[in-house]
Amino acid sequence: MEWADEGIVLAVRRHGENGAVASLLTRAHGRHPGLVHGGSGKANRGVLQPGNHVKAWWRGRLAEQLGSYRVEMAQAHAAGILDHAGRLAAVASACALCEAVLPEREPHPAAFAALVALLEAMKSEAWPSVYVHWELALLRDLGYGLDLTACAATGATIDLGYVSPKTGRAVSRAAAEPYRDRLLPLPAFLVEGGEGSGGDILDGLALTGYFLDRHVLAPHRVAMPAARSRLIDRLRG
Amino acid sequence: MVGPELERLIQVLSRLPGLGPRSARRAALHLIERKDVLMRPLAEALASAADSVRRCPVCGNFDSVEPCAICSDPRRDDGLLCVVADVGSLWAMERTGAYAGRYHVLGGLLSALDGVGPEDLGIARLVTRAAAAREVILATPATVEGQTTAHYIADRLAGTGVAVSGLAHGVPVGGELDYLDDGTISAALRARRSL
Repeated sequence: MEWADEGIVLAVRRHGENGAVASLLTRAHGRHPGLVHGGSGKANRGVLQPGNHVKAWWRGRLAEQLGSYRVEMAQAHAAGILDHAGRLAAVASACALCEAVLPEREPHPAAFAALVALLEAMKSEAWPSVYVHWELALLRDLGYGLDLTACAATGATIDLGYVSPKTGRAVSRAAAEPYRDRLLPLPAFLVEGGEGSGGDILDGLALTGYFLDRHVLAPHRVAMPAARSRLIDRLRG
Repeated sequence: MVGPELERLIQVLSRLPGLGPRSARRAALHLIERKDVLMRPLAEALASAADSVRRCPVCGNFDSVEPCAICSDPRRDDGLLCVVADVGSLWAMERTGAYAGRYHVLGGLLSALDGVGPEDLGIARLVTRAAAAREVILATPATVEGQTTAHYIADRLAGTGVAVSGLAHGVPVGGELDYLDDGTISAALRARRSL
């Protein structure tokens, strides 16, 4: 069987002398691995960099097999960010997270679209805010979306400043007052839009990181990818 | 078809880079047919290298002397320290003849997939060595992992007063734009210089 799709390179592992096993997040086939003959060779090494958007042709005798990919560059995102430490860390983190949390061979078109949007946003200065929104979208796609529209206690839609770690729902500042230290800070840019400050971005990442770990990683005994920790260290300065 | 000794030789040879079972069989036959002129000298060279070649405790290069010939060469500039991912990269730099400083071999790159972290690469030791240098040249590959490692090292060296530079990315000598990928052309355009 065979199919053609487009995908984002998430991870590449050398296989043999010239080959590579590439994991792609494809539009219609989800996170899907495949052997790329000559994937570690001169012609394909530049294409198979995490974050690159590729056209991919997969073929295998059975759908469950590793199969093999033929890939062609559609958009070279990686080359554009190699000199930018922060953007590079964000793309590495996003690819590592997708590789860690998305189930294999299960279509996640929303996750694909969100990753494409994130890679496009790397050209803008607002990439840290977009990155936090991307992690929220990833949680939503996995079925653990946070409800940041209204206060879980009062129903208020304004002055939302916290999120309950138990329910993932927003809590207004007034309602949060008695047990503020047990709630997660909700940065304003996640509710009101716009760009977050350095502290807001870190708060946003702490929020998404908490739920990613609790709902997605910890149940499978998977550690938070080191690439994400390095992104946070970099943003912390 | 072949005896156990020869079978073992073929098996070992087939694990070498560039050789598969078929080519290993051809190589084994070639060696057997030239026992005195090739096989014995090769066996002696292999045994001698296995006994004497070891990793240099200073830079991580391979040599039979400690520290290696590069580290103990007094004509080399102590103020320049070139950081490379592996010994293959060091040899590539040496082939150019354009660099006369010292080296530091990381022995890999930061990799989330393979679980390689800063402690696996001995970056703390690099930071200590860099304190004695004037400039650190980061010659890691132009890949996501290579540049992630380079940025990480640059961060660790920030504030030490050592100048940190990286290799340029762009059009290779003999490269025609028509045959280059978009990423390389974009990188070259960003790194353009006045003539």
